[in-house]
Amino acid sequence: MSLVERSAWFRPGRGQARSPSRDPAGGRSGLARLETRLAGWVLPVLLVASWEVLSRWGYIAPNVLPAPSAVALAGWQALKSGELVHHMSVSTARALAGLLVGGVIGLVFGIANGLSSLSHRYTDTTLQMVRNVPHLALIPLVILWFGIDEEAKLFLVALGVFFPIYINTLHGVRTVDPQLIEMGRVYGMTPLTLFRKVILPGALPSIFVGLRFALGIMWLTLIVAETIAASAGLGYMAMQAREFLLVDVVVLAILIYALLGKLADVLTAALEHRCLQWHPAFHTPKS
Amino acid sequence: MTAFASVAAEPVPSAAGTPHGLDLRINRLSRQFGDKRVLERLDLTIPAGQFVAVIGKSGCGKSTLLRLIGGLDQPSGGDIAFEGRNGPPADREAIRLMFQEPRLLPWQRVGANVEVGLPARTPPAERAARARALLGEVGLADRAGEWPAVLSGGQKQRVALARALASRPRLLALDEPLGALDALTRIEMQGLIERIWLEQRFTALLVTHDVAEALALADRVILLDQGRIAFDLDVPLPRPRRRGSAELAALEERLLTHLFAG
Ligand SMILES: Nc1ncnc2c1ncn2[C@@H]1O[C@H](COP(=O)(O)OP(=O)(O)OP(=O)(O)O)[C@@H](O)[C@H]1O
Ligand SMILES: [Mg+2]
Repeated sequence: MSLVERSAWFRPGRGQARSPSRDPAGGRSGLARLETRLAGWVLPVLLVASWEVLSRWGYIAPNVLPAPSAVALAGWQALKSGELVHHMSVSTARALAGLLVGGVIGLVFGIANGLSSLSHRYTDTTLQMVRNVPHLALIPLVILWFGIDEEAKLFLVALGVFFPIYINTLHGVRTVDPQLIEMGRVYGMTPLTLFRKVILPGALPSIFVGLRFALGIMWLTLIVAETIAASAGLGYMAMQAREFLLVDVVVLAILIYALLGKLADVLTAALEHRCLQWHPAFHTPKS
Repeated sequence: MTAFASVAAEPVPSAAGTPHGLDLRINRLSRQFGDKRVLERLDLTIPAGQFVAVIGKSGCGKSTLLRLIGGLDQPSGGDIAFEGRNGPPADREAIRLMFQEPRLLPWQRVGANVEVGLPARTPPAERAARARALLGEVGLADRAGEWPAVLSGGQKQRVALARALASRPRLLALDEPLGALDALTRIEMQGLIERIWLEQRFTALLVTHDVAEALALADRVILLDQGRIAFDLDVPLPRPRRRGSAELAALEERLLTHLFAG
C-alpha cells in the first residue's frame, strides 16, 4: 500500500465530514430553526384570523360562511354526540378498504407486467383501455349495480386508485437498472432474492409516486361517491346538513376532508422517508 | 492477509500449497452478434494464478470475452474449460466479475452490499462480521454502516472489489474497473489489487485500455484484435514494479507498436 492510500483511507474525519454539511439548518441558532418550521403556518393563521374578524364585524353573512369559531363549535358538538367520530371512521374505513383492494391489484398487475412480457402482452392493452373511462362517470351504473351499499364506494375507490399504482409500479419495475439485475445474477441470486433485493427496492420510489397520486384520487372519489349515494360518512353528513341549512356543519365536513387528505399525505411522506432512506434525496444526516 | 485469514471459516489453500487459482483453457471460441463476428476461433490458455491483462481497441470484444468466461453470455462456437472440464465450474462462486461501474445496490448499506458476495452457505450470524473484515481489506472498515451514495467513486469501486472477493474466487475477471477513476485513485487501486492478488493468488483477468496499467500489474499482456489474440507478451519483471522504469518503457513501446499496427 502506498503512502497516498494510507493517508487517504485512514483519516477518520474524511467521510463523516460530509454528512453534517447536508443539514441545511446545521449551524444556525434555535430561533432561526423555529422560524423555518413556522414560516409555512403564518399565512393560514392570518387568513383564519381575518375570516373570524370579518365574520364578527358582519362583513360575511353566517348563512354564507360561518365564522371559524362557529365551525369549531359545530365540530365540538358533533364530536360530543359521537356523530362526527362515526362518520369519520366510516369514511376512513371506506378509503382504506378501497385503497387496499385497488392498490394491491394495481401492485400485482404492475409487478407481473413489469417482469413478464407475456403477461404484459395480454393484459396491458386492456388495462390501458379501461383507464380511458373516467371512473366517476360510472357512478350511475354503480348505483344501479350496488345501490348505495358499501360495495359501491369500495368499487369506485378501488377503481380510482388502481391505475396510478399500476402505471407507476409497472414503470418502476421496468426501469430498474439492468446493470444491477445483471450483477445480482452474477452473484448467484435466486429469482426470489433478485426480486426482493434488487427489483422491488429499485421500483419503490416509483411505487411511492403512484401511492401519492392514488391518495388524491382516493379522497376525491370518496367525496363524490358519498355526496351522491351514502347513508353514513362525511359526505353524507355534509349533505344532511345542507338539507337543514347547517352551513357550519357543511364547512366542517369540507375542512375534515382536507385534514384527512393532509394526514394521509403526511403519513405517506413519513413512510417514504423510512423506506427510501438510501435515496440521496432523503438522506438524514447521521449523528 | 491478517483480517481476512482469521475470518474465512473454510480451510484456505495457502499460496505455498496447492494453487488457489483456477486454470482456464479457451478453445476456438467464437461469438457473433447477428452478422458481426466479435470473437473468431480464439485460443487462450491461462495457467492457475496468472495475472493476465487484456488490451485492445474499443469494440474489439474484450468485454464479450470476459462475459463469456464469467458465464454471462453463451459462445456461438468453441468452448471454455476450467481445470480441464468444459462448461462452467461446479462451484459458481469460484468465478467473480468486477464491472467498470461499481454496481452497488443503493438501497443496501455498504456492509450489506459486501454480504451479497458471500458464499450462500455462510451462516447468517457470521455474514456481517465477514463483510466488515472484507471492507477492512480494502481500507473501508469503518464505512460498513453508510449508504453507497455518500462514498466517492474510488471508495465505491473498493466496496465492489470487497464484494467480488467475498467468496474467495479462484478467478477474478475485472472489466476496466478503474476506467472511471482519476489518475491518483487509479494508482491506489492498482496497488490494492496487486497486494490482494499476491496474497490470494487467484487467476486474474484484467481488461484495461491503459497499457501502462496492464504492464504495471500483469504477468502477461494479451492484445485482442479482430476477434483473435494478435499479440501475447510476457512481462517477467519483478514486483513491485517501478513506474517509468526503462524495462517497462521498452515493453510499452512494443505493445503500442502492435496496437497501432493492426
Ligand atoms: N449484446 C450485444 N448485441 C449486439 N452487439 C454486441 C452486443 N454486445 C457487444 N456487441 C458488439 O460487440 C463488439 C464488441 O463489444 P465489447 O463490449 O466486447 O467491446 P470492448 O472491447 O469491451 O470495447 P470497450 O473497450 O469499448 O469496452 C462491439 O462492436 C459491440 O457493438
Ligand atoms: Mg468493454
